[in-house]
Amino acid sequence: MGAIRRFIFRRRGGDRWHWTDVVAWTWLILGLVLMLGPAIWLTLSSFKTRSALNEFPPTLLPLTTETRAVEGFDEPLELYRVTLEDGEERVLAQVRRVGIVAQMVDPDDPGERIEVPIADRVPVRTTELATENFTEPLERFAFLTFFYNSVFVTVMATVITLIVNSMAAFALSKYQFRGRGTVLIFILATLMVPLPVILVPIYVVINYLNLFDSLWGVILPTVATPTGVFLLRQYMLTIPDELIEAARMDKASEWKIYWRIILPLTAPALAVLAIFSVMWRWNDFLWPLVVLSQRELYTLQVGLNAFAGELNVQWHYVLAMTVLTMLPVVVIFVFLQRFITSGVATTGMK
Amino acid sequence: MTDETERPITSTPLASLRAAAFWPLRLVMNLIDRPLTWLQATFGQRAMIVFFLLPNMAIFGIFVMLPLVINVIYSFTGGSALFLDDRVGVGFEQYQTLFDCRDFTDPFSCRQDAFWAGVYNTLTFMLLQVPAVALTALVTALVLNREMRGRGFWRAIFFFPVLLSPVVVGLIWKWILERNGLLNALLNGLGLEGTVWLGDSFWAMFWAIFVSTWAHMGFYTLILLAGLQSIPRDLYEAADMDGTSRPRALLRITLPLLWPTMLVVLILALIRAVQIFDEVYVLTGGGPGTSTQMLVQYIYQTGFAALLRNLGLAAAASILMGLVLMVLTLLQLGIAARRSREVAG
Amino acid sequence: MSDLALASVVKRFGDVAVLHGIDLEVRDGEMVVFVGPSGCGKSTLLRIIAGLEKATEGDILLDGRRVNDISAADRGLAMVFQSYALYPHMSVRQNLAFGLENSRMPRREVRQQIEEVARLLRIEPLLDRKPRQLSGGQRQRVAIGRAIVRRPGIFLLDEPLSNLDAELRVVMRSELAALHKRLQATMVYVTHDQVEAMTLADRIVVLKDGRIEQVGSPLELYNNPANAFVAGFIGSPRMNFLEGRVAGVGGASVAVALGPGDTTRLDIPIEGDDHGVRPDDKVSIGIRPHEIVLTDHEGFPVNAEQVEQLGNETIVHTKAEDGSALLICLDGQHPIGEGDRLGLDLAHASLHLFDPQGRRLGGQVKVGRSVRPATEATS
Repeated sequence: MGAIRRFIFRRRGGDRWHWTDVVAWTWLILGLVLMLGPAIWLTLSSFKTRSALNEFPPTLLPLTTETRAVEGFDEPLELYRVTLEDGEERVLAQVRRVGIVAQMVDPDDPGERIEVPIADRVPVRTTELATENFTEPLERFAFLTFFYNSVFVTVMATVITLIVNSMAAFALSKYQFRGRGTVLIFILATLMVPLPVILVPIYVVINYLNLFDSLWGVILPTVATPTGVFLLRQYMLTIPDELIEAARMDKASEWKIYWRIILPLTAPALAVLAIFSVMWRWNDFLWPLVVLSQRELYTLQVGLNAFAGELNVQWHYVLAMTVLTMLPVVVIFVFLQRFITSGVATTGMK
Repeated sequence: MTDETERPITSTPLASLRAAAFWPLRLVMNLIDRPLTWLQATFGQRAMIVFFLLPNMAIFGIFVMLPLVINVIYSFTGGSALFLDDRVGVGFEQYQTLFDCRDFTDPFSCRQDAFWAGVYNTLTFMLLQVPAVALTALVTALVLNREMRGRGFWRAIFFFPVLLSPVVVGLIWKWILERNGLLNALLNGLGLEGTVWLGDSFWAMFWAIFVSTWAHMGFYTLILLAGLQSIPRDLYEAADMDGTSRPRALLRITLPLLWPTMLVVLILALIRAVQIFDEVYVLTGGGPGTSTQMLVQYIYQTGFAALLRNLGLAAAASILMGLVLMVLTLLQLGIAARRSREVAG
Repeated sequence: MSDLALASVVKRFGDVAVLHGIDLEVRDGEMVVFVGPSGCGKSTLLRIIAGLEKATEGDILLDGRRVNDISAADRGLAMVFQSYALYPHMSVRQNLAFGLENSRMPRREVRQQIEEVARLLRIEPLLDRKPRQLSGGQRQRVAIGRAIVRRPGIFLLDEPLSNLDAELRVVMRSELAALHKRLQATMVYVTHDQVEAMTLADRIVVLKDGRIEQVGSPLELYNNPANAFVAGFIGSPRMNFLEGRVAGVGGASVAVALGPGDTTRLDIPIEGDDHGVRPDDKVSIGIRPHEIVLTDHEGFPVNAEQVEQLGNETIVHTKAEDGSALLICLDGQHPIGEGDRLGLDLAHASLHLFDPQGRRLGGQVKVGRSVRPATEATS
């Protein structure tokens, strides 16, 4: 233990602890609990059965009270370890609870009712993962359809985003033409118009184009992103013009230069944009909420919100579906963490 | 020699594999190449520039610029019809409706009380959330900028919530704040009385601010961290030689040099705060009552969710919000331009 | 192979003219080198020939056909770039194949061509490597190979050796010369290095400020420079220039007086009758450092300021009494110390006479100790 403690608290240069070190480590530990805790709590809760979710205070792990079929009762009864008045400990099945008194029976001899104050009984617990929380909504509530819709929107939107933006970035970085400055300012100006501001008119446009209640209506309006164009353009500016001239001498058409020379060389920037696009689209909420009205077309986010907003919230399903919605993002983050954080830091993009 | 000449042009196994994977793409691109080569040969390079720009420009035009115009037009029309032909011009009526108040400090004296509730709630949110997010991000960035083991790990921890969707964020915290939720359980454990957090207008706003700070703080932390790492190390070494204490170095060196980055963070956070909607909407639904209903939620509900939707009124409200955002964005671009000039000069 | 003609080619970027009416013919199979200081427009001229830039005025003729409006891709030329411009994401083989595939050559033929060129340039083992895995010299070879494989009408080379270290540059220079001889190809080569120009060129085009100063074979330029600029640019070390005064004008020559009290007098043949040289005109005389010899008796007096003993030759930086610097390269070893007073024999060197504007007035090439008889020199 001492060795471990020395290892953890060892400081560079063997200085003594400064009070700022204490503050820093307090902040870090607090951050660890506060930042990861909620997601972990969500995940643990999602494996609890419906009744376990209603318990207060909640348990950390997904525990369930053991039940047993008892003769004379239709439903299986929950088992409790009970301390009787004479100090004897027995395992009894609870029939019902009235105020602070529970009516219990001996599961092996169900004839006799025993009344026990609820403070004197402890449920018999076992760990059980309620995987039906996950499987049932997938079967019963069209969550698979939501999932498919989300995947379709994310993949299509990302592919189109990459192509459309890289084409524009290529034209804006590798050609000299009159009006280039105007185009750049035009693109920059679109930065000033976030979605909520033009929610109404885009909705109108989508209706004019007959794209209301269609996944393409979700995909198309935001595939051209100014940040994407600028990110790619910045990267393409670093590709030497001589390569393009060499390709022109090699009889390559401009289109061929774009996709045989420029696209492969822009791969790192394209990867950054692709990851961000996937995140944006997967997490997108307000726009799909406005444009999709048929349940079969809902994306995961909209579907999840609708499901959670129902009058009688079925938390055991909601939690499980929330975990499923979060999962792809978490997986991507775990594998590409460094890539993403450095991407954010250098581009200021989110 | 025959097998030598039969060898494909890409010959390492990995390259062949990649070539196979990209084969469909190659095929499509090659198919497009013919007509495009013809285009280039007939109309010259200019045609190709237009071709490359066209998709992007078309999307910007149709889904950003055109909507801006439509927005203005719709804000001067009334009725519940969707298409312009069926709408009637009403002049400034929608704006008058929005500003029809007996007392501007009291939303409930206004005809569109939900709009003014949205305005005041958004203002409250901005005034509290922006400093909160900036301050926590600053402290986190300062802590993460120290020499320590596992810095990447800690940075990832603080950044993690940024990637979660607003719906997920809202539901995670809604679950914790439930009557039977984790928070009340923890408070009980400490011998304190819990409450129905989201049923109380003060606490609902508090948690809206808290949750959105929680969700976005990591993003600003990374920006500030990049700013901190651009401060030359030798400044600190020089300060160390002068016997400057750590807190003093923080006040006299770090914070002044970090100020330009901080300014960017503040404005980005402001722009984001004006548009706050989704995580708060999922968390509280705007309630209790209208106590956490934000401006964007008003636009959404007036234009889309209400039984009698009023696109004109929603358009008018969004134009007002757009003006505020435009000022903030211009401010941001101005600062960014000034910074790049300073760096260049 | 092709020939090339430029007729009054002008290039302006906005209001700034960088080429002022270039006229030039490049014959089939010829290696022409554009040389000049940076900013003289030589690269721009090459890019206009390539089709990468458009000429503002004038015509570019390939095999007699005007190609101004034909794109770079369709002119049938190949270019070797200063940075090589190898496609970094393609293997050497793909780099070579790219141009051939673009002209829809059958795969089998592409393969044959590549093998052939790879054998010629000895880059066969490198075919599956990426450019970043190659050394500078290897990249250079691949870049040349990419040009050769296309079998272009004309090779355009833009400072192809400037990214190599000195030793490699010498090796590649002679390889290029051998390649030119072997391919019998028309080549246009741009460099700022006059040694490269002298060693490679059939004809050299000296450019300055967007104008052609002189066109000719290396020795023509060396022996009969059209003006002081060409005289100074061609030949290493640089030609010395001494200020003098016309002392007398004869029928076919002028007498120039230099030195303190006009002690040294030189007779220099003058070309043409309308030279307009009058006695007492200021002129300058060009003398190459290698042609100056020491003399024991009364010569042109200078002070040795710095002496570089190289073994096979001795380089002396001297200063004449009027303060003008004079560089001397002496064969063999000479016991000269710094501060020594030397007398120079200028009369036996090849002398070039220029007016104050740098125009050549006359001169003569003398077959002295350091200048061997050159058959071409008098052509």
